[in-house]
Amino acid sequence: MSENEKKPLLKVEHLKQYFPVSQGFHKIPLKAVDDISFEIMPGETLGLVGESGCGKTTVGRTILRLYEPTAGRIAFEDQVLFDSGELYDEEGNQILDEKGRPKKGRRVEVNMLPYRKKMQMVFQDPYSSLDPRMTVEEIVGEPLDTHHLYKNKKERREKVLSLLETVGLNAEHAMRYAHEFSGGQRQRIGIARALAVNPSFIVCDEAVSALDVSIQAQVLNMFEDLQDKLGIAYLFIAHDLLVVQHISDRIAVMYLGHMMEIADADELMNHPIHPYTLSLLSAIPIPDPETARHSHRIILEGDVPSPLHMPTGCPFRTRCKYATEKCAMERPPLTDRGNGHKCACWNR
Amino acid sequence: MTETENIYKKRQILSAQIDLSKFNKKNFDKATDEEKKQQEVMGESSSFLKDGLRRLRKNHMAMASIIILIALIVAIIVIPMIVPYSYSDMITVNGHRDGTAVNLPPMYYSQRELQYMQETGEKLFPHILGTDSLGRDYFIRVVYGTRVSLSVGVVSAVMVLIIGVIYGTISGYFGGKVDLIMMRIVDIIYSLPDMLIIILLSVVLNARLTPLIKGTVLAKLGGNMLAMFIVFALLYWVGMARLVRGQILSIKNNEYILAAKAIGTPNGQIMRKHIVPNVLSIIIITTALQVPSAIFTESYLSFLGLGVNLPMTSLGSLANDARATITSAPYRLLVPALVIVVIVLALNLIGDGLRDAFDSKLN
Amino acid sequence: MSEENNLLLEVDNLHTSFFTDAGEVKAVNGVTFNLEKGKTLGIVGESGSGKSVTAYSIMQILAETGRVVEGEIRYKGEDITKWDEKKLSKYRGEKVSIIFQDPMTSLNPVFTIGYQLKEAILLHTNKNKDEAWKRAVEMLTLVGVNEPESRMKQYPFELSGGMRQRVMIAMALCCEPDILIADEPTTALDVTIQAQILELMQDLQKKLGMAIIMVTHDLGVIASMCDEIIVMYGGRVCERGTADDIFYHPAHEYTKGLLRSIPTTENMNERLVPIGGTPINLLNMPKGCAFCPRCENAMKICLEEVPEEYQVGEHHRASCWMNVMDLYESEEAKA
Repeated sequence: MSENEKKPLLKVEHLKQYFPVSQGFHKIPLKAVDDISFEIMPGETLGLVGESGCGKTTVGRTILRLYEPTAGRIAFEDQVLFDSGELYDEEGNQILDEKGRPKKGRRVEVNMLPYRKKMQMVFQDPYSSLDPRMTVEEIVGEPLDTHHLYKNKKERREKVLSLLETVGLNAEHAMRYAHEFSGGQRQRIGIARALAVNPSFIVCDEAVSALDVSIQAQVLNMFEDLQDKLGIAYLFIAHDLLVVQHISDRIAVMYLGHMMEIADADELMNHPIHPYTLSLLSAIPIPDPETARHSHRIILEGDVPSPLHMPTGCPFRTRCKYATEKCAMERPPLTDRGNGHKCACWNR
Repeated sequence: MTETENIYKKRQILSAQIDLSKFNKKNFDKATDEEKKQQEVMGESSSFLKDGLRRLRKNHMAMASIIILIALIVAIIVIPMIVPYSYSDMITVNGHRDGTAVNLPPMYYSQRELQYMQETGEKLFPHILGTDSLGRDYFIRVVYGTRVSLSVGVVSAVMVLIIGVIYGTISGYFGGKVDLIMMRIVDIIYSLPDMLIIILLSVVLNARLTPLIKGTVLAKLGGNMLAMFIVFALLYWVGMARLVRGQILSIKNNEYILAAKAIGTPNGQIMRKHIVPNVLSIIIITTALQVPSAIFTESYLSFLGLGVNLPMTSLGSLANDARATITSAPYRLLVPALVIVVIVLALNLIGDGLRDAFDSKLN
Repeated sequence: MSEENNLLLEVDNLHTSFFTDAGEVKAVNGVTFNLEKGKTLGIVGESGSGKSVTAYSIMQILAETGRVVEGEIRYKGEDITKWDEKKLSKYRGEKVSIIFQDPMTSLNPVFTIGYQLKEAILLHTNKNKDEAWKRAVEMLTLVGVNEPESRMKQYPFELSGGMRQRVMIAMALCCEPDILIADEPTTALDVTIQAQILELMQDLQKKLGMAIIMVTHDLGVIASMCDEIIVMYGGRVCERGTADDIFYHPAHEYTKGLLRSIPTTENMNERLVPIGGTPINLLNMPKGCAFCPRCENAMKICLEEVPEEYQVGEHHRASCWMNVMDLYESEEAKA
């Protein structure tokens, strides 16, 4: 068992996702995700935080291969789902051939259909993620249909009802349409749909961001309960650091398509290293007047640069008070600072 | 929970503000879950269809139009069974053609008919709108003309629907190069002057088709009519295709499509189960609005003499024939014109009503 | 006398409803509050609590189906609900301004920033075009837009979200209104940008001295910057008081539940305590307290009667039967 636990459920290496964007007559790549690596253990929650446009949603969708990755390697339960074939050495540098071109190995693209049963997704918008023309039963039953998970109509209905019960809805709700529910209930329907195939990994893409605080707590608790009961691993993507720290075992911080820092949740909240994480933490509005009065905010100057015109070297250097010449020259590597706390910064 | 509770220091209201005597202990008993549940009742379940129909029923103009249209359709089906005259032949009395029954004013009988009625005491069916210059009952001709015009409208709208939806769905869903090429074809068809093409095509096609359909049921309708259908189908689907494509592009961006993909639902099923039902309301509305425009074009062409073959008639050709007697019998122009107006107006109002009731963007 | 001079806005028993074909949606059901010069009032509540509708009622910019059905909104003693459109259009912008959640949809995409600012200034003042232009540049500088001269020539889509919100604030403040209503001003922005905008609003208040009504769902946003906070639920005021009152001595079951359900750095390894149930259905309001179907401690009286508002501290008022029960029980214990 202990042997088993050490094996990551999901392993992402050097993942890149570029989107071609037309500018005038030529197309330039928008580097939504640029060389990201991480692992998720079975039953673990990895939080992924970052501001809008940092590529966190793209990471989630690329892992599920809803987008075709530009480069990198994705492995799930020992099975390589995608490998563009680039080779890397021990230190994570790309291996080049004599002519300086990247050396290529075998390209792997696996048919995702069997893996759709194991990897699922819960979406941000509880309004647009449910088909308005379908009843709850049809929505939750759709994955059962696709993967032929029942023998007859009766079994299908029973399965749907038990799924609804798992997420705190009842049989009376099954015949209703999505628009009759509140945001929190819709999100429960979305979760029931994801659970229908009995997955071992769920990407939660801003799954509670659109909900009211009191409802958000209900849904967060439900995610935790499901994890305890079913041992599901989550990639929990959100922009709200307080929510992420609450549910996650480990947290990764992204900025402009790059991974800036990754560490255990407690460690990251209490001993952040990267200047970006520091400012992100200090910018959180604290719901406590006393602390808020005495806290000192590190207010970041300026805006996030456009991902089309990425700064050279470290992407954060344009807003960083520690920035030096070296930051402009070379991209800082993600280095281990002990205890699995990794950070990409030259100066700290 | 108790721990967090302790953080909050309790505060009490000052007793001076309130007269406690009006309360008794029972007031402060805990409410049961059931009692609480009663307070929040979920509204009646209503589907998209029910909701839309409820909105439609509140739209008086649209409802009146629907009633008028239904009445009209019933009328054109039933009336030819009751009225003993034929649209194509001169009135006959006792098996003999009645030459005196030409250009009769409304509700008049010809001399021969009067004579016949006197002789036998039998009452003949009145000529509600009189007769035309060839001695045919005008009322029954208007009824047949309405039949023809309405069916032209419906048939061409259905053809436009089928071609447009298939074309638009493929173009919108697959996108990219497929979309680019398909939409340029649409642009080309759009840029042709449609009236000119319709006239040219119907003349050419009529000549080709007439020998082909000889002896079949279609011959009764005439080559002109078939040509008109083909012309409609060839030209008017482009609007529908564009509309459907646009709708699909916006529906494609919804997360539920992405969710279906994440589940592993195959493309065809996504189209059938998610995309088409969501564009259906727009398609139906547009089709409803397509019918009057086809009726208009048909009337226009018939008025130019390119319509149905004689002795069959349509509202447009009736109006055309009536030009000759416009001074002596203006009602012969007014009646078919009025029927066209009523049909077109009713269909437009229904289409608008459907849009207001079912187009989710407006709600 | 002096106190009266300080009173800018009095909202008195405001009821606002929307008349839809599904029935009357009672969005606001008797909201009362006062706003003094230069103060900041925070209105906090979840979606459907009526917080935004209250703000829109003050601006008189309700949707077509919405109407103030009862109550008064007095600006410097005059009831604005009785004003005609002409008087209101002077009032909006010159006396009271509003900024919205999404700065992209509140700016017209086909005009430059400069043009829109200039128009706003020309509409409300009798400055000529050059003066208006100067004033616009001045305002952009004030809200911390760098290179204001060149920004004036840009279109809204060329600016980032934070910049756009700054421009919106500049536009709202160009006529130096007495009251600025901010309807979820930072909800659409990233945390680091949100911090910038909140800082800016506080700075501007110090410089210009306007009163601010901050409408938000985020308890964190109002914790530090409000003189008074109103907690709303189901179109009614649950509780009002200073930030300390609300956060440290909550006296309404809803406020307590809300505070328990937010994740903070302190409770990160504990389980959150959510408020059960589903949000209120405004078409079908409970007879008694709006919150009672979701309230853990609901009592018989809560189902039957709407609680009155009682004072529980110096500036602290709450409308919850639990407080009355506490008093009743302690009196009974004494007797």
